[in-house]
Amino acid sequence: MTTVNIDRSIDARGMPCPGPLMSLIGAIREGEVGTVIEVLSSDEGSKTDIPAWITKAGHEMVETVEDEGFTHFIIRKAR
Amino acid sequence: MSMQIAKTLDLKGLSCPLPIVKTAQGIKEVASGELIEALATDPGSVADFNAWCKSTGNELVEQGEDGGVFRFVIRKK
Amino acid sequence: MPAKVVVLGGGVGGTLAANLLAKELGSDAKVSVVDPTGMHHYQPGYLYVALGQANGRWLVRDERTLLRREVDLIIEQAVRVHPEAGTVQLERGGSLEWDYLVIATGARLVHDQIPGLVEGSHEFYSLEGAQRLREALRRFEGGRLLVGVAGVPYKCPPAPVEFVFMVDEYLRKRGIRDKSEVMLLSPLNRAFTIESASKVIQPIMEQRGIGLTTFFNVEEVDPSAGTVSSLEGEKAEYDLLVLVPPHKGQQVVTESALADGPGWLPTDRHTLEVEGQERIFAIGDATNLPISKSGSTAHFEAPVVASRIASLVRGTAPRENYGGRVMCFLETGNRKATVLRFDYEHPPAPPQPNNVWHAAKWMFNRLYWETVPQGRLPENLPMPIPTGRSES
Repeated sequence: MTTVNIDRSIDARGMPCPGPLMSLIGAIREGEVGTVIEVLSSDEGSKTDIPAWITKAGHEMVETVEDEGFTHFIIRKAR
Repeated sequence: MSMQIAKTLDLKGLSCPLPIVKTAQGIKEVASGELIEALATDPGSVADFNAWCKSTGNELVEQGEDGGVFRFVIRKK
Repeated sequence: MPAKVVVLGGGVGGTLAANLLAKELGSDAKVSVVDPTGMHHYQPGYLYVALGQANGRWLVRDERTLLRREVDLIIEQAVRVHPEAGTVQLERGGSLEWDYLVIATGARLVHDQIPGLVEGSHEFYSLEGAQRLREALRRFEGGRLLVGVAGVPYKCPPAPVEFVFMVDEYLRKRGIRDKSEVMLLSPLNRAFTIESASKVIQPIMEQRGIGLTTFFNVEEVDPSAGTVSSLEGEKAEYDLLVLVPPHKGQQVVTESALADGPGWLPTDRHTLEVEGQERIFAIGDATNLPISKSGSTAHFEAPVVASRIASLVRGTAPRENYGGRVMCFLETGNRKATVLRFDYEHPPAPPQPNNVWHAAKWMFNRLYWETVPQGRLPENLPMPIPTGRSES
């Protein structure tokens, strides 16, 4: 697992609405450039949704870590 | 009796129940015992202001109508 | 000596929690609700007002009429919570002591966070906004009508989708649908947050010629050019723009140093305790939980908070947990609706929109005032999923 300092962690496991991606977008909008956000998601769709938005919005996927029944997505706000 | 109005709320053109909603918000800005004046055109205002004052304990000191504009003077409790 | 329980906020969560606490504890507690205006809004109604389907009158009631007699109502703005001292400071200088505090202060709209939003767009997230939008729709004679989201999270995730469906119907009834383009600007890569619901909704949008633009998070509005821009770098032209405004937590929360950045309270997903605060609980839109900001969430959370505080007052171990239960209707126009029911353990499985769920939604709209805030709605509505409350 990464040694990057996580500024904010959002546990969205079991919360399909508004969903991990929307929670991530909110955190990115509120944060400063350079801030590192972790989102925990148990939703399979996040594995495509989150990277797709990050690419489109120009942010950095620092790391993705599989855990038991969920995934850690670690993202840095790049702009 | 002094009719020094501390605040006037122009609620003309607002539809029910906005006049009451805005009065509930606006009355926070005056002190206890002070008078606020509300001007509304919505015909439902008469019933609404009477009911609201009775319910909240704010005193409806004066009410009237002139050319389609309803005027309410309320003393904050 | 009765325990002092103070509830900040007289919305659905606060009112229900206060009533349940007073009923459960009787003379063992003195329950007070602090609300800035003493007016309780049924917010789901704003959508109907905007579309000319309902009068604003039924949306607002005096909070005093919804509270049990023994619950105090203090109509004042709370300005700061002092957790160690166990007090809450009020705007006019007074102060209230509490043994247990429930923060149910909801979310506020921050229009000025987005340049051009106020001058260039409409919203149905306030009564005034909904009435203005109604007038703008009456004057609309055709053109590009765009519906989008200017900040996340926001109250009622289904609302923008419901609006596009209902405005499509509205324009057809007025005979100007063929002169109009209706488009949903979604912050995500699909029409709606819940994937299974999107699969049901998107085909209906296509059938009705309602456009969908994905990954569009509004950054700026240019009223003179008639354009709206996204942080993803896109721009769209509009003739009538309807946006969900940015939301933040209330100032009393941010002023009290209890909140995170955007002003939401860090809250335990099961116990609903505010992080690090054994005597402070949060309900509804005020929490930072990445769960739906909806009335139903507050409705299902309130009994858990009331039960936990009652246990603490009585000196027994609190057992109730919030299981993440949410239940939201989603109107799709033409007297049809679907329903989203889920909890932390069970994902939603929304049915094809039908008349039955639309009728259920309207029954709920009509029964709300006599049932929900008072805690009269039976907990176990016919549901295929568990209640979402569990005992630890």
